[in-house]
Amino acid sequence: MAIFLNRDSRVIVQGMTGSEGSKHTQRMLDSGTTIVGGVTPGKGGQSVEFEGATVRVFGAVAEAVESAGADVSVVFVPPRFTRSAVIESVDAGIALIVVITEGIPVRDTAEFFAYAQSHGKSRIVGPNCPGVISPGQSNAGIIPADITAAGRVGLVSKSGTLTYQMMYELRDLGFSSCVGIGGDPIIGTTHIDALEAFEADPETDAIVMIGEIGGDAEERAAAYIVDHVTKPVVGYVAGFTAPEGKTMGHAGAIVSGSSGTAEAKKEALEAAGVRVGKTPSATAQLLHDLLGSAH
Amino acid sequence: MEYQAKELFAKHGVPVTLGIVVERPEDARAAADELGGRVVVKAQVKTGGRGKAGGVKLAENPDQAVARASEILGMDIKGHRVKRVLIAPTADIAEEYYFSFLVDRADRAYLCIASTEGGVEIEVVAHTNPDAIAKVSIDPGSGVDDAKADEIVAATGFPDDVADLAKDMIARLWQVFVQEDASLVEVNPLVRLADGRLEALDGKITLDDNADFRHPEHTAFEDRAAADPLEAKAKEKGLNYVKLDGQVGIIGNGAGLVMSTLDVVAYAGESHGGVRPANFLDIGGGASAEVMANGLDVILTDPQVKSVFVNVFGGITACDEVANGIVQALRILGDEANKPLVVRLDGNNVEEGRRILVEAGHPLVALVDTMDGAADRAAELAAK
Repeated sequence: MAIFLNRDSRVIVQGMTGSEGSKHTQRMLDSGTTIVGGVTPGKGGQSVEFEGATVRVFGAVAEAVESAGADVSVVFVPPRFTRSAVIESVDAGIALIVVITEGIPVRDTAEFFAYAQSHGKSRIVGPNCPGVISPGQSNAGIIPADITAAGRVGLVSKSGTLTYQMMYELRDLGFSSCVGIGGDPIIGTTHIDALEAFEADPETDAIVMIGEIGGDAEERAAAYIVDHVTKPVVGYVAGFTAPEGKTMGHAGAIVSGSSGTAEAKKEALEAAGVRVGKTPSATAQLLHDLLGSAH
Repeated sequence: MEYQAKELFAKHGVPVTLGIVVERPEDARAAADELGGRVVVKAQVKTGGRGKAGGVKLAENPDQAVARASEILGMDIKGHRVKRVLIAPTADIAEEYYFSFLVDRADRAYLCIASTEGGVEIEVVAHTNPDAIAKVSIDPGSGVDDAKADEIVAATGFPDDVADLAKDMIARLWQVFVQEDASLVEVNPLVRLADGRLEALDGKITLDDNADFRHPEHTAFEDRAAADPLEAKAKEKGLNYVKLDGQVGIIGNGAGLVMSTLDVVAYAGESHGGVRPANFLDIGGGASAEVMANGLDVILTDPQVKSVFVNVFGGITACDEVANGIVQALRILGDEANKPLVVRLDGNNVEEGRRILVEAGHPLVALVDTMDGAADRAAELAAK
């Protein structure tokens, strides 16, 4: 089953003819993703040769939905065009829109998210995220598919490289799905959305949740876990040493005054019964211990 | 800074009194003269609490303005050195309000926070009199239209005789918020003058860097001189760097992994005399030799740095490229590379990456297999 993305997903790539778009389209194809097209305005009717596949280019998302049955879009278009690209996918009825692009103005994200809420049923993941992978089934984004295989752990994370690190630490277990939700102030899919989906997914036995400084998403996730999540959850929070008032790489990763600290997030998660590791490897060990005793 | 916020307010027709910015005490005289003699001298720094810190003072005449300016210029307010003061005319204030628009991360929308109790920090009001604060959520799709402005005025409880003026002010501040791509527009205090007019007496605007492509003019607001010199150097080279105060220089790929690396080094440092990370530096996905050389160059220039920890998980980036980057960077830097380098590589093509580093056999480079082990080694080397 996995969450958000599975072997039946029919993926298009918005911005496939750009350098990042084409590089990652090849990687997605290599990891078994069913890519049914690329979308580049003005280039409809062309096709692109990849190793092992020829992929059609559509001029509009709606055409890709109509003639190729697309239901997932991975967005690589540059920041200034992302807002309209996402809105186009919402209008075309795409179920899952994964926005990889980094550096999108928060106003644009706020607007396309509000648009998706009021005009359609699309789920947006990101922006500024590595995407979603359901190992062995489909890969929508830039997460390396060769770190680990399918398994029964679910992973949700704000950070790309920490996602890879944690997949590597738990490569012996494997994953049902890994969702990189992104580190921007406004994101389409939250920790809570992923927790809800993993809780409902019969192929997920345990959940790893990775957070970082800024905002209060982890605190809200902790409250959600108390009331709604019965599966075991382990957590990791990055940024204990981050100084106040400095943006640490991700636009949303900032401690403002006394809010958004890693300490507060860790405490909230622990109060919700989530075991929080001090380092990525300690977090992986916690999950091993937990599953070891449960099995 | 306040004077810059006021310039953006003025651009969108928000009533403000701009005043005159000076950088030398003696220039305060002419400014005060021009503004009628009795003025307020206000430190211009990118932080709040200036009044409490003694950075805002009243001057009865131009002589006093010079004296106050010389007291305030050069002052340190929460780590910010005062390089400019704003000479502003005094205002005849009847009432003080608070008003702001901001990005509401939790609600994934915008939020208006307003209060008829302004002039003090809003956190203080939130503590002492939470009922006096109005919070109105704003849908980014529809924004602040006429009905929303009415809702804000009513929720805040602006007195009836200023309601129309407040509505006009709200519409203009909303223009500032969306048209300038701000993540925060704050007016505190928003004052009602004795003659009944409203004015933004002090304000703060946080601009969204990601929107700079729509606002080339915003680069004028960057205060390069105020930034840490190492941060300024890193920025020039396009690096994502934050200076911290420890001894272990950090280079990694991906913001989350780098933050995590800082934490792991700080934990390891607990058993090595309390050494701490010296910086945040995310070299991102690419990690070419040039980026690696630039990163190492910035870190090795930091006199506090005693050892360097390069922590890379090759996701998209291949470890052999990173290893080549390190080898070439050390060649480019030559004798400038004079501190031990602990390298941990994992992920994509790691075997080849490790082989390249072993083969190069640079005397300063030590390869360690795990992130925790490498952090411990780097902390140990920094403590020597």
